[in-house]
Amino acid sequence: MTTEPILRCKGVSKKFGAVQALYRADFEVRRGEVMALVGDNGAGKSTLIKGIAGIYPFDEGEVTFEGKPVKLHGPKDASDLGIEIVYQDLALADNLDVVANMFLGREQMNGIVLNEATMEQAARETLTGLKVKTLRSVRQVVAGLSGGQRQSIAVAKAVMWNSKVVILDEPTAALGVAQTRQVLDLVRRLADQDLGVVLISHNLHDIFEVADRITSLRLGQTVDLFDTADVTQQDVVHSITAGEMKFVPGMEKEIVE
Amino acid sequence: MSDDSTTTAPDEAPSAESHEPTTVGEYFQAWWLRVQSGGLGSLPIIIGLIVIVVIFASLDPRYLNERNFTNLLLQMAPFATIAIGVVFILLLAEIDLAIAFNSAVGGVVMTLLLRPDNPGLPWPLAILVALAVTTAIGLLMGVIITKAGVPSFVVSLAFNLGLNGVVLILMLEFSDSGTIRIADQTVRDISGAFLPDAWGWILAIVTVGAYAGSSLLKYRRRSVGGLPTRPVGIVAMQLGGMAFLVFGAVGYANLDRGVPFVMVVLGAFLVFWTFVAGRTRFGRHVYAVGGNPEAARRAGINVDRVKIAVFGIGGLMAGAGGIVIASRLQSVATNSGGGPLLLNVIAAAVIGGTSLFGGSGKVNSALLGALVIAAVDNGMNLQNVNSGVKFVVTGTVLLAAVLADAFAKRRQAASGIR
Repeated sequence: MTTEPILRCKGVSKKFGAVQALYRADFEVRRGEVMALVGDNGAGKSTLIKGIAGIYPFDEGEVTFEGKPVKLHGPKDASDLGIEIVYQDLALADNLDVVANMFLGREQMNGIVLNEATMEQAARETLTGLKVKTLRSVRQVVAGLSGGQRQSIAVAKAVMWNSKVVILDEPTAALGVAQTRQVLDLVRRLADQDLGVVLISHNLHDIFEVADRITSLRLGQTVDLFDTADVTQQDVVHSITAGEMKFVPGMEKEIVE
Repeated sequence: MSDDSTTTAPDEAPSAESHEPTTVGEYFQAWWLRVQSGGLGSLPIIIGLIVIVVIFASLDPRYLNERNFTNLLLQMAPFATIAIGVVFILLLAEIDLAIAFNSAVGGVVMTLLLRPDNPGLPWPLAILVALAVTTAIGLLMGVIITKAGVPSFVVSLAFNLGLNGVVLILMLEFSDSGTIRIADQTVRDISGAFLPDAWGWILAIVTVGAYAGSSLLKYRRRSVGGLPTRPVGIVAMQLGGMAFLVFGAVGYANLDRGVPFVMVVLGAFLVFWTFVAGRTRFGRHVYAVGGNPEAARRAGINVDRVKIAVFGIGGLMAGAGGIVIASRLQSVATNSGGGPLLLNVIAAAVIGGTSLFGGSGKVNSALLGALVIAAVDNGMNLQNVNSGVKFVVTGTVLLAAVLADAFAKRRQAASGIR
């Protein structure tokens, strides 16, 4: 696994007022791998993701995408590159059906008329490609779907647009056993389709099941980067709670070893 | 930890392809299942309408005669016209309490512009200006509601009072008697003319033909694209039912004076706005904003713009309704837009099945709800009851409609549809 990362953040920082949410953090994800992002509450996971999404642009540091430096100043910059984020609240319109949700804001038109047939076909193809099998009908209203199905729809919506990197924020947090299974399978399949997948989760069991590598954040800094195969859950817990930091928190100075 | 990550999820149901009803029998089964689990659709209104008709017809047989039928259509038309705008506003989970007086502004502005030689504008221009004014008022409300972030309830309440004042000021300024008559024959004909019998039949044929054409086109497009289609039997049955209703209504109206011309206007509005709501990107975005504004915003939809446009539609349809009312009364007066009009049009949209909580409802619910309101109103006029009783009965009907909706929602929740 020596391939060049598709997305790499190097030494990125973000400050909210007096709070240093992220300090010279490093993060990367390769094509075809699931990279887990772990850390305690307040470790900077959300800030890192929102920086990549362009919602809260980084104060400093360098982001490269497919080897080229890029600027992420707004959500549109990220989606133009092919970075899609599935947030915890899935932002699906309950009153619309699956197809309408998947194409929301990017409806296919036939003149001024919605091209329902084309959209329905494309939605079916995407869902079939991701092996989402439990839907009764793609014309079903989202309100009637289970948590796992909704998560699958949100993921399918994100990957439908030739995206290259998909970031999933706690996709299994609210799901039962069988549904978690569905979503984890889906996560693995995304990576198998050569996307870079970032999985944010507090559930180490899930992470050890699907992730290839694990990046651990602590107090805004990257403390460890593991290959999942080489470590145990104990190691990761230790890293999250007591990982060794390179910089003194609050003092922007490198710790001299 | 060592779980095999290739285990597949248990299949709760087979693939996405099947499971849509393909035969008439299956379709009815699916429909009945939906009804049982609270997906009532238009069923309660249709049952309600039948109950209303049976009650009033047994109280007074004149209720069913052809003269009263055309009267009912004339009574219903302005409610339905304004209620179309209300449907759009309710789809966003907003409310427009100024809609009745905005409609009065439309009627008054048109009437003032039509006064012979003063300025004596030709009718198309007068109507256009009136619609422009009411649309602009709607847009202005939309801008205030979105940009200042004030609830539409409060903004439209203020406009309700303000526009009531504007109507009074205009009427006092330009009339001594408190009434201005409309002299223009074309405008009087909007609600006053009837189609000759032959034209009525042609209208029926065109309506049913257009409906058949669009269902056929949809059917073909879906089957060509390899997508599941509704059973042919169901499509035929719907078409037959629709043809029966349209030809029946036209035939019955032709026994009297014929189909009121205003029904052509209303029909055109219904078709146009149904198309906008169901088939265009804008319509899709209206439903999305009503269903989940945050999802709409993240999908890149300009939520504010959709809201402002919808309040513009509310203003436009209010103006159109105001013109229909003015034409029916052949005049405008200081009390235009007052009385129960506001509650009648909002009730029409709600009784017709549009949710007050946004995101759910159809344009044709304006027609169904207005029919119910007008049927009750008309029946009580025949009974010569005072307006106090009318209010009580209309209120009861509205309550029944809302309860039916709430009951359906609870069934849906219980069966996991919502």
